[in-house]
Amino acid sequence: MTPETPRAGDGRAPDVFTPGGFVPMTGFPEREPVDFAIVGAGAGGATLAAKLAEAGFSVVVFDAGPFWRPLDEFASDELEQQKLYWTDPRITGGDDPIALGGNNSGRGVGGSTIHFSMISLRFRPEWFKARSRLGYAVDWPISYEEIRPYYAEAEQALKVAGPVRYPWGPLRGPYPYRPHEVNAPGLVLGRGAEKLGVKWCATPLATVSAPRGKSPPCVYRGFCNFGCSTNAKQSALVVWIPRALKAGAEVRDMAMVTRIEIDRDGLASGVHYVREGESRFQRARNVVVAGYAIETPRLLLNSACPQFPDGLANASGLVGTHLMTHASPGVWATFEEEIRWYKGPPNMAVCEHWNYADEGKDFAGGYAFMSQGPLPMAWAQTVATSRGLWGPALRQQMLRYNHTAGFAPVAETEPRPQNRVELAEETDAYGLKIPKVVFGYSGNDRALQRHSLRFMSEMLEAAGGRDLWTSTDTSHLLGTCRMGDDPRTSVVNADGRTWDIANLWICDGSLFPTSGGVNPSLTIQALACRIGERIKTLARRGELACAP
Amino acid sequence: MARGYPGYDVLAKWRTPSFDEKTREVVRRRIAQPPPRRFFTGPEQQLVEAIVARLIPQPDRAEPIPLAAMLDAFMADGRGQGYRNEAMPPLEQAWRLGLAAIEAEARTRFGRSFAEAAPEDQDAVLRAVQSGEVDRAAWRSMDPASFFREALLKITAGLYYAHPAAWSEIGFGGPASPRGYVRLGLDESDPWEAREAAP
Ligand SMILES: Cc1cc2nc3c(=O)[nH]c(=O)nc-3n(C[C@H](O)[C@H](O)[C@H](O)COP(=O)(O)OP(=O)(O)OC[C@H]3O[C@@H](n4cnc5c(N)ncnc54)[C@H](O)[C@@H]3O)c2cc1C
Ligand code: SF4
Repeated sequence: MTPETPRAGDGRAPDVFTPGGFVPMTGFPEREPVDFAIVGAGAGGATLAAKLAEAGFSVVVFDAGPFWRPLDEFASDELEQQKLYWTDPRITGGDDPIALGGNNSGRGVGGSTIHFSMISLRFRPEWFKARSRLGYAVDWPISYEEIRPYYAEAEQALKVAGPVRYPWGPLRGPYPYRPHEVNAPGLVLGRGAEKLGVKWCATPLATVSAPRGKSPPCVYRGFCNFGCSTNAKQSALVVWIPRALKAGAEVRDMAMVTRIEIDRDGLASGVHYVREGESRFQRARNVVVAGYAIETPRLLLNSACPQFPDGLANASGLVGTHLMTHASPGVWATFEEEIRWYKGPPNMAVCEHWNYADEGKDFAGGYAFMSQGPLPMAWAQTVATSRGLWGPALRQQMLRYNHTAGFAPVAETEPRPQNRVELAEETDAYGLKIPKVVFGYSGNDRALQRHSLRFMSEMLEAAGGRDLWTSTDTSHLLGTCRMGDDPRTSVVNADGRTWDIANLWICDGSLFPTSGGVNPSLTIQALACRIGERIKTLARRGELACAP
Repeated sequence: MARGYPGYDVLAKWRTPSFDEKTREVVRRRIAQPPPRRFFTGPEQQLVEAIVARLIPQPDRAEPIPLAAMLDAFMADGRGQGYRNEAMPPLEQAWRLGLAAIEAEARTRFGRSFAEAAPEDQDAVLRAVQSGEVDRAAWRSMDPASFFREALLKITAGLYYAHPAAWSEIGFGGPASPRGYVRLGLDESDPWEAREAAP
């Protein structure tokens, strides 16, 4: 059986914690509508699936990719593990084309959290009201106070390992698990921060620092971006999917949703999907799209029908627009000491100074930055493409691998309508139009990145780095189905419910009105917890097409 | 600095807790006899051999890392990078077009094929492609510099450093499951890590 053969079905699903094992799973018939059909089992979809199933709803989650068993299938190997990434054809363009593929999204149950770096940071409270409190971009339709309990819930669910007192933001209690010992590249950041007089700390990470159930503590093998073979990483596959299954949800792996069906009343009635080469249809009372900031708008646009010729939930014309990324230009230096940055999670120390300081900035927005730990393949590609090195010069530079350290920011970008996901004319193996991602930085985005490069360089030098050089890159993609208070300027409301179709919801990074200067997945999971709670409340009040 | 790691061999850890079964299976395939050519044509393969010998020369290796064969397998498997720039054709076409254009450039410049040109001349062609200073006709709408950076160099460099021999060369710990590491600090290393040559 290859990973491309579905494994979940016939009353069972793979047990991620047992080699070759299975756990029982509910099966729902296709002709009976389920309460919720969720498209995508990543940070947003898997979390919501667990919450809704635990609330008593009938739930089927579809994922286009495999249901992995990390213990059996994740090799300690960069090249082999490229299998985790979404590599269906996509086109990238605009003034500053974004690298896609493994750089930003995964395919498989657990979504991009299978290969994410586990950094689990909260937004700065004021960012939820960026326009009214800080004077840039737009406000979210919810406040920090509204999402705060769900941040706490997500941190508990993931047993985030972090400091007792996080040095930035409002005072709050310790993280659920103690912080990890900081590795050498992180200590370099700490040394630099202390020289410059700014705060730093061990990065709050979603990998356990002590045993947790069937997850052993992290062994610092450093292959986190290529899947965690020990299950120390608290990915959606390890945390939310087992909870969802236990509460009676069904997961359909290797099931690509191709279109959302709309009935005569203009409501969603189910999803068309392809599994084992067969076109199938699942009826549903509600459909949730949680396919990542590219696939989510793509599915809405590809589901255009006579009632909604411009795509679903697109009366505002905003589906696919306001795409944001986090810019991550790197600064690198050679050190006298041995760094050996392949050990431990890649980003063990963080500095959020410029997310919380408002003085001394020539730009709006913020950035966090972290110590780095690239493995050889990825590192060689950075060295070769950024510096144009080849021949003996490349091998020479690579010999410094164990003496190199550096920083890269999670640099906020502005939400702008012209940055977007649209459909290209070309079609993929399913006959669906492939997505085209168009992106360019604003003047503010560039000023922010220049500031980050200056500051990080200063710190790296203060820490003892020599021969500094820089690279460019991006990471997370967000926006494209922004939430808001006004149907004219947003796609969904604060509950993730689309303005145009009352039983169509969105629950993933597409919702973000602004990107903030931190990695997004904790906020995505907190939002999903909140949306789950809101759906429960709405159902109780009789405001949904179903009740638990 | 950059003193190297003489005598260090990642594969010596094969039977230790740094290698699990899945990783052994994957690495075994990587270091086995390269599979027969599937993607490049015969002449293309010769050209690729000549190009990668300049991009990543391995005069120090009795048994060079079989980069051209690894490239062929990478292209034949068709997993690609998961996206392409709008100014680039799909990866397969980009390679075919790029290789033909490099060959054409060598013939215009030196009146002989790239593979037969002197190493300095080969480097001159590659540098010209890298900076985009080539006869554009043979490249059609593809940007030579982008092809050089995003396809040719990026993939080749990645594949070289995906080979265990390259891991040993730079002192990378290599596969590390289930054992992982214990000593994480500055100038710290576990007994199962590489030792750097004395200054
Ligand atoms: C290398 C890397 C490191 C990262 N590190 C961090 C980090 O340290 N901290 C952090 O907060 N974030 C990190 N991220 C980002 C984070 O992983 C993502 O932002 C987050 O997982 C996105 O959640 P999502 O729900 O939007 O989508 P995903 O988690 O990507 O889930 C989407 C799922 O939907 C499925 N899908 C899509 N379309 C369909 C369809 N039509 N039919 C069926 N299934 C479909 C996909 O297969 C996928 O499994 C990292 C990302 C990368 C690439
Ligand atoms: S370093 Fe920890 S989290 Fe990362 S892959 Fe290894 S065990 Fe998993």
